[in-house]
Amino acid sequence: MARFLLKRIFHGALVLWAVATLTFVLLHVTPGGPFDRERKLPPEVVANLEAKYQLDESLPKQYLRYVTGILQGDLGPSYKYLDRGVNEIVRDTLPTSALLGVLAIAFALLVSLPVGLFAAYYRGSWIDRCLMMWASFGISMPHFILGAVLIWAFALQLGWFQAGRWDTFSSAFLPTITLGAAPAAYLSALLRSSLIEALREDFIRTARAKGIKESLVLVKHALSHSLIPVLTVMGPLTASLLAGSFVVEYVFAIPGMGRFFITAVTDRDYPLIMGVTLIYTALLVCANFIVDLFYGFIDPRIRTE
Amino acid sequence: MASSIREYAPNDAPMKTPGIQHRTAPVFDVLATASAVFILIALVTGFAAPWISPYDSGGLQEHNLLETPSWNHWMGTDALGRDLLTRVLFGARVSLTVGMGTAFMALIIGTAYGLVSGFKGGNIDNLMMRIVDIFYGLPDMLMFILLSLLFGKSVGGLLLALGLVSWVRFARISRGQVLQAKEFVYVEGARALGASWRRILLRHILPNILAPILVTLTFSIPTAILAESTLSFIGLGINDPYSNWGTSWGTLAQDGWRAMRAYPHVIFFPAAAIVLTILAFNTLGNALRDVLDPKTR
Repeated sequence: MARFLLKRIFHGALVLWAVATLTFVLLHVTPGGPFDRERKLPPEVVANLEAKYQLDESLPKQYLRYVTGILQGDLGPSYKYLDRGVNEIVRDTLPTSALLGVLAIAFALLVSLPVGLFAAYYRGSWIDRCLMMWASFGISMPHFILGAVLIWAFALQLGWFQAGRWDTFSSAFLPTITLGAAPAAYLSALLRSSLIEALREDFIRTARAKGIKESLVLVKHALSHSLIPVLTVMGPLTASLLAGSFVVEYVFAIPGMGRFFITAVTDRDYPLIMGVTLIYTALLVCANFIVDLFYGFIDPRIRTE
Repeated sequence: MASSIREYAPNDAPMKTPGIQHRTAPVFDVLATASAVFILIALVTGFAAPWISPYDSGGLQEHNLLETPSWNHWMGTDALGRDLLTRVLFGARVSLTVGMGTAFMALIIGTAYGLVSGFKGGNIDNLMMRIVDIFYGLPDMLMFILLSLLFGKSVGGLLLALGLVSWVRFARISRGQVLQAKEFVYVEGARALGASWRRILLRHILPNILAPILVTLTFSIPTAILAESTLSFIGLGINDPYSNWGTSWGTLAQDGWRAMRAYPHVIFFPAAAIVLTILAFNTLGNALRDVLDPKTR
């Protein structure tokens, strides 16, 4: 187990290093610089700015400084926000994004567990078919379109919610649904198929033969067995949540990390782009690591590998 | 001879639970056919957009801005008075080209990579798959954005950016398939007859692993369309005002988003085009998977 964990940690570190290097290289070979304006700045001003942010140094030196900065937990200054560095921006915006992500996962699980159970239990019936049709609809729905539809219907037409706010509990409602709908649909379909498989297993027949209540057979025996595939997709799911989060933050004007990333890209605020990319990757690596950990506990074959 | 081998080789494993599986329900087949027809129509109308669209693609009409759908303008007009149906038809070209182009690019890079990796095995395979693992761990949306910074905001640039990130799926699948196929008797036979490894790969293994790759391809197209439209919607995708290709559906939706409060029709039609196209490809992919690979059912 220890070897397995060490290997995973090493792999995670490798991914982080690759991303840090890749973004650094990408941003430095990209045409156009952070101080390009519509009206050209005088060359002396540009020279001063570059000197201030040490952009006049050689690339290997800049890279070295960047990497040592990361190792010391310093993501550097922001070119755009003069009063705060990347660290402060991440500190201010990450909790918001994380809250949205946790809410969306909770929503997805809350919806997909009963839907998956129902669809699997009544497989082939019209209930199953309806639910699965909704699921494929949910999978095919881009975040920005779902968000727009929800805002139009519930905020503009019905007036039940206010769009573009992030203060009360109710303001998190529509963004949570928008971000959680696709994972909910995906997990429902996945749970359904893995439950159907589980329900054919011998231990289910044994449980039924022992006279255990059907609901208990479903939830305790079948469901717990079919949660393993759900666990395996948690890593990719986190990735899609991360990707979705900055669209949702954009649509609902939520002050999260994703919105800052989008503006950073249009502003060419390189340190902010690199910093946020690194944080996102770190989150993804952590999520994958936790999944591996759980997986190792559930499935002993992996531990001994 | 060859065809009879192909018939028996990959599917000779016994099905897991015969009897319980019923073939695809008839409702599903109707949906799959409808999806195929929809995709075909989208492709044809997108391709023929310059000839069949009712108005000039760049035609501004100052006197009928933001008109609601009518007989003259089936989908209404946008904030500059342009006919929305025309714009959606032209948008199909961009969105479908990016979607399918990306998928095919990913297919070629990924499959070639996976074939070599799986076939060579050993240390080469290990190293190649390590690289794939790293790519797999990247948040792809971020990589799309960063790469599109590099390649520019044209159709080709975005296509390249999307393709360079999404090939890993094909690499993984084709490698896994090759590992399985390598064990088949006909490969052993070909090797015994002294066939070169290139010949074995291209002539014997590739045709036999095409089915799962085709399914992955069908699922990759909607993923790419989704990514492109999302990027364009948040303003980081295709933005090439001088291109005569048209504007992608995502950019059209972005235009409509600004006018949504008072004129919801401007976002409705491009959004519907995106959702229906993605839905159609996903439905088709599911149907294909059921037909080509009964084991996963």
